[in-house]
Amino acid sequence: MAQAVDELKHKHDEHPWFFHHHFTDVDQQFDTAKLGMWTFLATEILMFGGLFVGYAIMFSMHPEAFHAGHHHLNVNLGVINTAVLIFSSLTMALAVRAAQTSNKRGIIINLLITIACAFGFLVVKYFEYSHKIHEGLLPGVYYSFHEYVPHIEMYFALYFMMTGLHGIHVTVGIGLLIWILLNALKGKYNSAYYTQVELVGLYWHLVDLIWIYLFPLLYLVS
Amino acid sequence: MANNDHGHGEHPSFFQEGGKGLMSWVYTLDHKRIGLMYLVSVLVMFGVGGVMALLVRLELFSPGKTFLTAHQYNQVFTLHGAIMVFLFIIPAVPAALGNFVLPLLLGTKDVAFPRLNIFSFYIYVMGAIIAIAAIVMGGVDTGWTFYTPYSVGSSGKVIWMVFGVFVLGFSSILTGLNFIATTHKLRAPGMTWSRMPLFCWGIYATSLIQVLATPVLAITLLMLIIERAWGVGIFDPAKGGDAVLFQHFFWFYSHPAVYIMILPGMAIISEIIPTFSKKAIFGYKAIGMSSVAIAIIGFLVWGHHMFVSGQSAFASMVFSFLTFLVAIPSGIKVFNWTATMYKGSITFETPMLYALAFLFLFTIGGLTGIFLGALSVNVHLTDTYFVVAHFHYVMMGGTVIAFYGGVHYWWPKMTGRMYNEKLARLACLLVFIGFNVTFLTQFVLGSKGMPRRYYDYLPEFQTLHQVSTVGSWILGLGFLIMVGYLLASLKVGAVAPANPWGGLTLEWQTSSPPPLHNFEKQPNTKIGPYDYGVPLPPKKPGTLEGAVHGTSS
Repeated sequence: MAQAVDELKHKHDEHPWFFHHHFTDVDQQFDTAKLGMWTFLATEILMFGGLFVGYAIMFSMHPEAFHAGHHHLNVNLGVINTAVLIFSSLTMALAVRAAQTSNKRGIIINLLITIACAFGFLVVKYFEYSHKIHEGLLPGVYYSFHEYVPHIEMYFALYFMMTGLHGIHVTVGIGLLIWILLNALKGKYNSAYYTQVELVGLYWHLVDLIWIYLFPLLYLVS
Repeated sequence: MANNDHGHGEHPSFFQEGGKGLMSWVYTLDHKRIGLMYLVSVLVMFGVGGVMALLVRLELFSPGKTFLTAHQYNQVFTLHGAIMVFLFIIPAVPAALGNFVLPLLLGTKDVAFPRLNIFSFYIYVMGAIIAIAAIVMGGVDTGWTFYTPYSVGSSGKVIWMVFGVFVLGFSSILTGLNFIATTHKLRAPGMTWSRMPLFCWGIYATSLIQVLATPVLAITLLMLIIERAWGVGIFDPAKGGDAVLFQHFFWFYSHPAVYIMILPGMAIISEIIPTFSKKAIFGYKAIGMSSVAIAIIGFLVWGHHMFVSGQSAFASMVFSFLTFLVAIPSGIKVFNWTATMYKGSITFETPMLYALAFLFLFTIGGLTGIFLGALSVNVHLTDTYFVVAHFHYVMMGGTVIAFYGGVHYWWPKMTGRMYNEKLARLACLLVFIGFNVTFLTQFVLGSKGMPRRYYDYLPEFQTLHQVSTVGSWILGLGFLIMVGYLLASLKVGAVAPANPWGGLTLEWQTSSPPPLHNFEKQPNTKIGPYDYGVPLPPKKPGTLEGAVHGTSS
């Protein structure tokens, strides 16, 4: 019996809990996961890329509509949201660093701030959206804007699609951040294993980066 | 994941080792089981899409109404296209055969992300259910390309169908992502990039396209859904949008998608030909690199679907030129396969017959593509049966034939059973004859001006249409026989040896079917995948057991 327990313990030492047996070693597993995440981020960029191309074409067709449209956005709120997201990128990076240095408290605090920023972003976005919907600027069947500007609907179609898809990504990000926060509370991450924190961090930086392109394109276009 | 690491005795096959019963399949993380589940799914979808094709051909047997109304006819050909493209041909080779074979060829235990792998299978199933729900609830009559503005105004269940395709796209992306990570990081020790079997190169190039092009389809379809549901107007000129923009977006994915379909077919051919010629592949690097070249050029030619859409003449010229460039890597492949067979000791088992059929049909398909890529000729041939015939020569004569070549090649490895060789050759012959009767006539029809997708036609086209329809029956009979002997082989087929064809690649160095973790020992490749007739390096512990060189099997 004792021998069996020893064997079990020995086996456990050979394979830490996070190790999947089809990899040769932990490093290979980490590299593979990272490559997978980078590939996934490439697909995200191409998905948003479709919208960016749509934006470029519509902007070149109706520049005056885009100029008129951007006056309906609140640049101050946009600036606040940009700052919030950039700050959350910093705390996310600090969380990854804390995981690498086995600083459990650091991971948890930084993740909490990141999650709070993400919620803050969505709250601001909620007020922006409801204001515009109230003005009748949601394109399509709900469109009832009183001023006539030719093709201003195109601008708002792209505004809602681009920020909407980005908002969905922020929401998914919150889910992922909460998931790694719960794992961090269980003490799963340390210098030997922090893959999940690092990968969610990569995802979060991409979400921020996309916003950094959306902000000038939508709020500052003139 | 099954964690029982047996370190002793003989390995049972993955069928036994992974457990029994339905749940052992539902929860499996084994790439081989996932590959087989994909295989069954795509074969069923091929059957459904095939029945639709037979209905289309039957309706065209006589001008006017034969047995379908015009609206039903539009639905049937749309479903034929959508099912064949999105549910059969895109996942057929990569997700079904690739899943089973790629890790074996690379000498690894599994794909990089097994959980993502089973997840992508369930996404596929979900997408299939949504797409089929669209059919049951009233069908779609837009054609598989969902062109605006018709798709925005059509009365069919376009949103459901498009959403189904959107979901299927994610399955395709995740499979591609998984294979890229597997190929980069999980190759067996000693397997350098230049020792990788060409199947892996083909699947790798395919995965790159899947990962880079499919997201654009996803956003396009999302925009179409939004457009149809709320009428935001991005594809509606009345509101300042652009209907042709949809075509650009759609073909930016769907032209590379054509290479998602054909590259894995070429990858299979690159395995079959050296094995049955018992000769090293001619121009290994050229074939591998030409796959990557096709993948890259494939991103730059989408405009050749739109020569008559009103895009600028300059754009058409550029797209036409780039389209001709695709002929170079394609030609490189065909010549290298042919050169591989030269002075080889060729045997004509069923997979080889399919490979030869592929060479013949793909060459016709490729050459007629040059007709369509030439601007002046294109104006005459666009939207005629010539396009239909060209597409089917490449996709069916190319990919589908290669896929069935691959199914026959790896059937013993996958199931552990041999099929009836005589019946298999008969079926291959019927498919080949039936295919040519069906589609060669359509080249003639098209060049005489028969428009595609039409329900009715002038009486002078009737004879050719009837020949084509009879051809589709021969084709159907061939596939029916195939279903028969493949199913029978599971019950009564002879037990397959580990290496029935005398191949050198790693999948033949393990038992048929392989054990759960694929290899008894971690394989270590000391030789290239096609080094026939090269003496084995001196045997050391850890080298391959029973690696066969030369012609013995």
